[in-house]
Amino acid sequence: MGILADIIIPGLLLGGIYALVSVGFSLQYGVARVLNIAHGEFIMVGAFITFWLLGSAHLNPLVSVVVTGPICFVFGWVLHSTLFRRLMDTSPSIDVFEGKSLLASFGLYYIVQNLARLIWGANNQSYSFLNRVVTGAQIPVNRLAALGFVIVLGAAFYFFLARTRLGKAIRASAQDPATAGLMGVNIHSVLAICFGLGVALAGIAGTLISTLLSIQTSMGLGYTVIAIVVVVLGGLGSISGAMIGGVILGLVSALVTYFQPSWTMIAFYVIFIVGLLARPKGIMGK
Amino acid sequence: MKDTHAIKNRSGFAAAFTPSRILGGVLIVVAIVLLALVPRITQGYWLTLFTDILKFVVLTVGWVLFSGPTGYMSLATAAFFGLGFYMAAVLSSRIPFAATIVISGILGFVVAVAVGALTLRLRGVYFAIFTFALVLLVQAVVLEVERLVTHTRGRFVVPVSGSAIYYSMFIVAVGMVVAAVLIKRSRYGLALQSIGEHEEAAAHSGIDVVRTKVLVFAVSALFMGMAGAIIATRRTYIDPYIAFDLQNSFWPVLMAMFGGMGNLVGPVIGAGLFTYIGDLLITRFQDLYMLIFGVVLIFSIVFMPNGIVGVAMDWWRLVKGDRPLTRRLAITCYCIPVLGWITVLLIACRLAWVKSRGGRNAPA
Repeated sequence: MGILADIIIPGLLLGGIYALVSVGFSLQYGVARVLNIAHGEFIMVGAFITFWLLGSAHLNPLVSVVVTGPICFVFGWVLHSTLFRRLMDTSPSIDVFEGKSLLASFGLYYIVQNLARLIWGANNQSYSFLNRVVTGAQIPVNRLAALGFVIVLGAAFYFFLARTRLGKAIRASAQDPATAGLMGVNIHSVLAICFGLGVALAGIAGTLISTLLSIQTSMGLGYTVIAIVVVVLGGLGSISGAMIGGVILGLVSALVTYFQPSWTMIAFYVIFIVGLLARPKGIMGK
Repeated sequence: MKDTHAIKNRSGFAAAFTPSRILGGVLIVVAIVLLALVPRITQGYWLTLFTDILKFVVLTVGWVLFSGPTGYMSLATAAFFGLGFYMAAVLSSRIPFAATIVISGILGFVVAVAVGALTLRLRGVYFAIFTFALVLLVQAVVLEVERLVTHTRGRFVVPVSGSAIYYSMFIVAVGMVVAAVLIKRSRYGLALQSIGEHEEAAAHSGIDVVRTKVLVFAVSALFMGMAGAIIATRRTYIDPYIAFDLQNSFWPVLMAMFGGMGNLVGPVIGAGLFTYIGDLLITRFQDLYMLIFGVVLIFSIVFMPNGIVGVAMDWWRLVKGDRPLTRRLAITCYCIPVLGWITVLLIACRLAWVKSRGGRNAPA
């Protein structure tokens, strides 16, 4: 019971958050071919919008998902249909586009982070939400709520991809954009929607993270690094891989934190490097 | 500043001494002499600024040397720079300054060979994210080793005089540019170019792809490590967070994208301009300065794929031909906004800087 309570349960709770952080990132690379370094910044934006809504309108953080999600979606959609679409049209090959879009997302990272700093300042912000402990197992209720939310969201997203028409178009575009275009899929529209969905998932992840941890405008890069590690572990572009990778990383994080907290980041990088060198395609990669 | 057009036609003695080449050669010599005289003309602010410019010339030219022709996006610049930086702090109290620089360079070279041999088999975006994480990994490891072994977080550095720092940076920068020119013109330069165009085809035509990539990557890391060791001595105290600053990976990329990667003039222009802009803005307008960084990066990628030198060269090519005067004027008018916005930005930054100092124009 001791190990179960101290490592596995916190690990799973953390893994759920990591998975949510990474799914959007994986979607953006898998379909839209943008390795979005600014992903963590959208998590930060989601967290701060939630915090701002709580302060100004006393909106329940879990309810504010219906605000942060659409705002982030529109933002991502506009970004893709202006910036990334233009880059795509001017790049001679997909490799060139990946390089250019990676650099452009670095530019976005600086723009979003510093606009946020100008608006919200550089201080730590936090609020208390459902900060009670379930008697017996020492698990905070807000973590359980977040995990429940992640599971519901993950299932909904899976059914969206597997069962709906748009989901089928997205999967087709991920496999072969040119052929999907020939089969009547409006490829630019699908890519923009995918990028928007990725940003929306980041915003929602930010909302959930703000209920658990303190937030600051410089928090984004740390989550981007986690998303990179998870996605490389699970397979770049694979949604189920991101889920599995997130849970694995959460468990590793809890395990290492249990013995030597300051080694957590080193453990992440070691996993990342070993994973990248041993199996670059990732666990679920094809 | 430094003209590096490859001599394509070596057929005759006369062909090697065309007027434009003589002019280019004279310009290079004048630039080098002027740069060598900087510490005699001025001290303090301007000396520090020129040291910074030379530092970024080293990092940017080093980055372009490898990433320009091959298309492998390296974000490990900060790792090699940081290793040299940290090495200087470890060694500076025990051995002379010059020896520290050399050892730091060799360390950068060796680490780059190891990293390159492991990872240059990775393609495209995987290589970029690996090198990105490498900086953070090295930082975390150094931090943890110091905590466990020496029970400290930072180290003291033996300071060196401003002129000595400047001159050593000057030598390293000239060395970097000369090495870059030599490599570009050698068979290694051609091999890199063909790797960037089609790696399998390059391998099939007899190029040892891995060896070429690793060697050039390591040469660029050699100079980056040396630059790090020199810059560290400007401080009295450093820690791993200062040494392994991710900005040092991103700045060279911006400077190269902005200047243009087709030749080595672009990176040098980019390094000079952005070091100056950064210097004007960093103290008072930290947020704004990073914001401008992002906007300029996206602007350069979208509107100037060959950099500012590419725009200037396009303009020259179009104006030089047999076109009527009105057409030439029209082309010039079209190019003015493309080249002009950076001048506006520069003037705006300068005015903001002057204003933030209460109207006092003289630098400290």
